[in-house]
This record gives sequence, C-alpha cells and structure tokens, in this order.
Amino acid sequence: MASSPLTDTHGHGAHHHPALAHQFDSLDQQKESSTLGMWLFLVTEIMFFGGLFLAYVLYRGRYPEAFLQGSNTLNVWLGGLNTAVLIGSSWTMVLAIWAAQVNWRKGIVIFLILTMALGSTFLVVKAFEYHHKWEEHHIPGKLGMFFNSPFQFAGDEPQHVEIFFSLYFIMTGLHATHMVIGIGVLLVLTILAWKGHYGPEYYNPLEMAGLYWHFVDIVWIFLFPLLYLLGAHVH
Amino acid sequence: MADHTHSSHHITSRKTYFFVFAALMVLTVLTWLVAQVDLGWANDLVALTIAFTKMMLVLLFFMHVRHSTRMTILTAAAGFFWLAIMLFYTLTDYFTRGASVLPVLGK
Repeated sequence: MASSPLTDTHGHGAHHHPALAHQFDSLDQQKESSTLGMWLFLVTEIMFFGGLFLAYVLYRGRYPEAFLQGSNTLNVWLGGLNTAVLIGSSWTMVLAIWAAQVNWRKGIVIFLILTMALGSTFLVVKAFEYHHKWEEHHIPGKLGMFFNSPFQFAGDEPQHVEIFFSLYFIMTGLHATHMVIGIGVLLVLTILAWKGHYGPEYYNPLEMAGLYWHFVDIVWIFLFPLLYLLGAHVH
Repeated sequence: MADHTHSSHHITSRKTYFFVFAALMVLTVLTWLVAQVDLGWANDLVALTIAFTKMMLVLLFFMHVRHSTRMTILTAAAGFFWLAIMLFYTLTDYFTRGASVLPVLGK
C-alpha cells in the first residue's frame, strides 16, 4: 500500500479506521467475524491432526511393546527442550498482542521477532533429531530407502517399530510444516507492524496469527508425552 | 452478541501471561517426572490429563477463548466434540472387533 496507514483508502470520505473493511459496521464486528472464521479453520485442523492421533492410538493398542521400544530411541531432552521453546514462543506471541494493546509499537516488532526466533530454534533442534534418526537407520519404508538409509531395528518386531516411526515422522513432520507456515505469516506481520499498521484499535492479524500459533503449540503439547515419554519408565 | 462483551478491548495483563507461561513449564516438568514411574495404564491417564490441562490454559488465556463471544466458544467446542465422536466411535469398533483388521507394513 502506497498510502500511509492513517489515510482513508476507501475513497468515500467516511471518518473511520483505515483497516475497517466495507462490509463491517465496526472494528469490533470485524474482529468477531475474523475470530469465528479462524476458529472454523482451526476446527478443520483439529480433525486433520485428530485422524493421525487416532491412527496412533489404534496401532499402539495393537503393538504396545514395539511402540515403547520406538519411543525409547527418541531423545527426551531434545523433545523437552523443544516443548519449553514452543511454550516460550506462545508467551512472546501473546506479549506481541499485549504490546499492540498498550500502543508500544516497537514492542510488537520485538516480540514477533522473538517468537520467530524461538520457532526457528524449534525447527533447528528438530532437524538435528531427524538427522540422528537418519544416521540410526530409523527412517521407515521407502522414505528410508530414498534417503539411502534403509530401516533397521535390532529387536523382536522391527516391522512394528517401523510403524511407530512412520507415525512419528508424519506427525512431527506435519507439525513442523505448520511451524514453517507460521513463521512465514509472522514474518509478513513483522514487516507490517514495523510500518506501523497495528495499534490499540486494530491488531486483528496479530490475534489471528496468534490463534494459529497457539493451536500448533497445543498439538505439540500432546505429541511430546505420546511420542517421547511413552517408554520412559522402562529403561 | 454485543450484550455484555467488549471482548475486543479486553487487555490481559503481563502478569497473567507470565503465570500461565510458568504453569505450562511446571506442568511440562511434571509430565516428565511422572513418566519415569511405572504406573501401568495410569501413565497414559496422567500424561493425557496433564496435556489436557495445558491445552485448556493455552485455549483460555493465550487464545483468549475466555473473552470470546459465545458463537466462537460454541464453534471451538464443536470442533473438539466432533473429534471426540471420531475417536470414540472408531475405538468402540476396534475394541469390540479386535485390531486384527489394521493394515501392516509389508504385508
């Protein structure tokens, strides 16, 4: 947008906030609409991840012993570190919204950058974990062959452990993909915040990106105990 | 919907956000601690209860659901309700017929 955020870009001369779209009566109504729309999207995300959690429950019910063995090959410390990093990023995300509410515009940019930095930290740790799995030949099926590291597992039921790793990679991979998208969204919002688009009256996009970011955090809150802590008591 | 809510203008304090963050960290340590002890089937129950509590904290405070309109709360609740239907009915099916119908790699 070439004009300053404070200019009326609608061209009909009404004195309202430039971010207020034509079809809404007020910024409040606009915010209610976006929140509802965002939640409808999140409901589809709940079902999307829900299907994978269901697959996890079914296969774990069938092969409990193999799932314990698979879980014990994961690094609990790295998983725990990433849980803390992600919770921290949710905290900085809400503080970005707080900064907008109290009109601390520099604060919005600072907290968004912190959120992206923590999100990136999570992905870097995840990359190290994936690399380690590759070294240990724990990448399942054709994917393992594709990466020149065919699946191997010394144990009674390697095929069933392979199922655990299939679920591990699809669930954490899908989760990480969401993180990448989230960081991309936050990058755009950081630039817009830097240009002064958000303040106490209007910070809707921050709130919507926050909903998405926290949802992704919730998915990890369930993934951590189900994948990493499963066999912690049987070392 | 505009009867009693001025949700858009509600500002949660930094203090509240900090306490929620701290509670989430404490619960993370707690879930790790409990996982070290063999409680049999109760390991899963405790882990999921803690995860559920953490989810509620994120939903209510970070996602501001406690200040959302009833319409939004209903929509969010419907999402989790449908998830519960999917899990419950699929599991009753598998637990009563046995999981032998599940496809297995390489078979």
